[in-house]
Amino acid sequence: MSNTVAAAEMPLAFRPMPGQVQSIARAAAILRLLASSSGRLGIGEIARSLDLPKGTAHGIVRTLQDVGFVEQDKTSGKYQLGAALLHLGTSYLDVNELRSRSINWADPLAARSGEAVRIGTLLDGKVLVVHHVFRPDDTLQTLDVGSLLPPHATAIGKVLLAYDVGAANTVMQGEPEPYTRRTVVTARTLSQALTKIRENGWGAEIEEMTLGEAGIAAPIRGYGGLVVGAIGLSGPVDRVCDGQGQPRPTLVAYVRDAARAVSRDLGAARW
Amino acid sequence: MTDSYVVSIDQGTTSTRCIVFDRRGNLVSVAQREHQQHFPRPGWVEHDALEIWRNVGKVVPRALAEAGIVAGQVAAIGIANQRESTVVWDRRTGAPVAPAIIWQDTRTDALVETLAQAPGAEDVRERCGLPLTTYFSGPKLRWLLDHTPGLYERADRGEVLFGTMESWLIWNLTGGPDGGLHLTDVTNASRTMLMDLRTLAWHPDLLAFFGIPAAMLPEIRSSSEVYGTATAVLPGVRIAAALGDQQAALFGQTCFAPGDAKCTYGTGSFLLLNTGTEPVHSSHGLLTTVGYQIGGQPAVYALEGSIAITGSLVQWFRDRLELISTAPEIETLARTVDDNGGCYIVPAFSGLFAPHWRSEARGLIVGLTSYITKGHLARAVLEATGWQTREVVDAMNADSGLALTALRVDGGMTANNLLMQFVADVLAVPVVRPMVAETVSLGAAYAAGLAVGYWPDLEGLRSNWHLAARWVPKMDDAVRAEERDNWQRAVERTFDWIKPGARAGNA
Repeated sequence: MSNTVAAAEMPLAFRPMPGQVQSIARAAAILRLLASSSGRLGIGEIARSLDLPKGTAHGIVRTLQDVGFVEQDKTSGKYQLGAALLHLGTSYLDVNELRSRSINWADPLAARSGEAVRIGTLLDGKVLVVHHVFRPDDTLQTLDVGSLLPPHATAIGKVLLAYDVGAANTVMQGEPEPYTRRTVVTARTLSQALTKIRENGWGAEIEEMTLGEAGIAAPIRGYGGLVVGAIGLSGPVDRVCDGQGQPRPTLVAYVRDAARAVSRDLGAARW
Repeated sequence: MTDSYVVSIDQGTTSTRCIVFDRRGNLVSVAQREHQQHFPRPGWVEHDALEIWRNVGKVVPRALAEAGIVAGQVAAIGIANQRESTVVWDRRTGAPVAPAIIWQDTRTDALVETLAQAPGAEDVRERCGLPLTTYFSGPKLRWLLDHTPGLYERADRGEVLFGTMESWLIWNLTGGPDGGLHLTDVTNASRTMLMDLRTLAWHPDLLAFFGIPAAMLPEIRSSSEVYGTATAVLPGVRIAAALGDQQAALFGQTCFAPGDAKCTYGTGSFLLLNTGTEPVHSSHGLLTTVGYQIGGQPAVYALEGSIAITGSLVQWFRDRLELISTAPEIETLARTVDDNGGCYIVPAFSGLFAPHWRSEARGLIVGLTSYITKGHLARAVLEATGWQTREVVDAMNADSGLALTALRVDGGMTANNLLMQFVADVLAVPVVRPMVAETVSLGAAYAAGLAVGYWPDLEGLRSNWHLAARWVPKMDDAVRAEERDNWQRAVERTFDWIKPGARAGNA
């Protein structure tokens, strides 16, 4: 069997150093094994090669399959490296997939809150509007799916920046455009705002883009907790905020519930 | 007082879903489970009715758990179902006598041709509103009776029962072999070819024409009334509505006035136009069907244009060609190019439905050159749905004498922005999506909620409808005309592919 050659080169009975996570070390070994194998491998072959109990190997392979790093051949049931490994550097969730998976939760958010809802992801330092649900008052509104919003002046954008250090740094190093007097434009204030968003798990924008308008957003998480987008509502400041000028707690709860529901659908376990 | 909810079960072609709705018609939770598609021979499509029933038992508790509610908080259950798919089961054991024959199945090709030559064939369409094709339940049921030894005799003695999916589920929900209720609603019955459209009763001439024993047929009831109380899955909860899925969507879109129309984009796509309390017969290849009936009120009729292959073309692209890994990725792939590059796909996989009704047609990809990439193919896949919609809208405008001014859409494919824009472009009218995309489930919930007084009246339901998205036409008139011509020429090339009497393997 050709696999035994590759197997002989593998470390047997991997013993982790203190502080290491054994299953991650084993997962890495399985990926190396699959990468060095000329054909696909069955669970038995993987388990024997790494001297692991079959059940242990199966659990790890299944998890790797869930995240797309390993693929199973439908007919033979054997495993190979997954396409997601080749695209590790690019966005792992297709934006059209994100819209399709969130449409059922964006609609009730708009219906409950009475405000327009948008879902966005970061694209080249801007917020790409992936999905847009009209404010449910049947007035004339224009679909703006595909348009780009400034990340530092929108609730969705700030939430996305809060979980993407690289994008946040780029924005802070640039010269964020001041749309209103309240737009966050300095690195220090933006950094503080992003910290607060991470602490709260949601973010808001009050007249930072357009006078009289405000928005609330929360992160959408995918497998493993990775933030893949943000969902938010926006509307007149007197409807979105209470008498003290703070985002209304009920609306915040609606937004967070919707974000959690989409996240659950996408496979994020804890959110 | 704790809040109460309405539960809908949507038994669809690819999956069974349970959705919990609140009083404002908002989706509270959803649970879904796919079932297996069996393709034992070319043209055959089967489901395991027992698997579907087991899935109901799984998704309903899951949806309730996710909503955090108990059965006592459920005011009523409504059922929407894949239509025409035919189940025959043993009244004593509850076991199906054969796999369910699904609506796309074309095994009755030859039978339908024979029936078309039989005496009385000319009256069929006038009585039931439907053309003789493989699509409807009557021929499928006749095929089962012909091909299962001893089945006709057992059916005649009332030992086996016929039903479409809602009958099968209601029978099982209300006790199965132990006193299960055997009934159907007017919308589902209107898809069998066995019901008189005007009297809303099984027609003896139609039963005689198709050779169906009356003893195996369910009782026909309205779409919105309390049929009985569930003893399984949600014991003690009233079952208060059943509608074929497309009629349910018409109801969920609150198309309650004559002239209101909707199109649901799913596996297949279905455009229904409310024509009021009188059936309108089509001279352009559309079906006449019952839209809904609320309790003892007069039935409301609809004209229907059915397109067999829309979402399933995307599934084929994903599962058979393996050019994408998820259905939504088709939009990403299609956006890698600016147009179809001259390529057209006509998905006549089991013939063409409305308005052509050509069961001998088969699908094609035309306009292939070395320039064509998978991106162009993805465009052609989406455009096929747009052009098929246009053909049905043209037929509807001609039959009703009215020009459609806007199209209400729903279903899974409305998440595809490129497609919805293309539909608006080729129809040259705005396309509008309501706040609740799950109109099939919502319609079943509405009908059930109406029956038990959870919602007061149709006006109350109408005020729940809100615009969620609107696509306006942007295509240049000259481009539209040229593309339309190309599409029509592609369609003509699919005709007459299957020769009469061809071997089954080629069908």
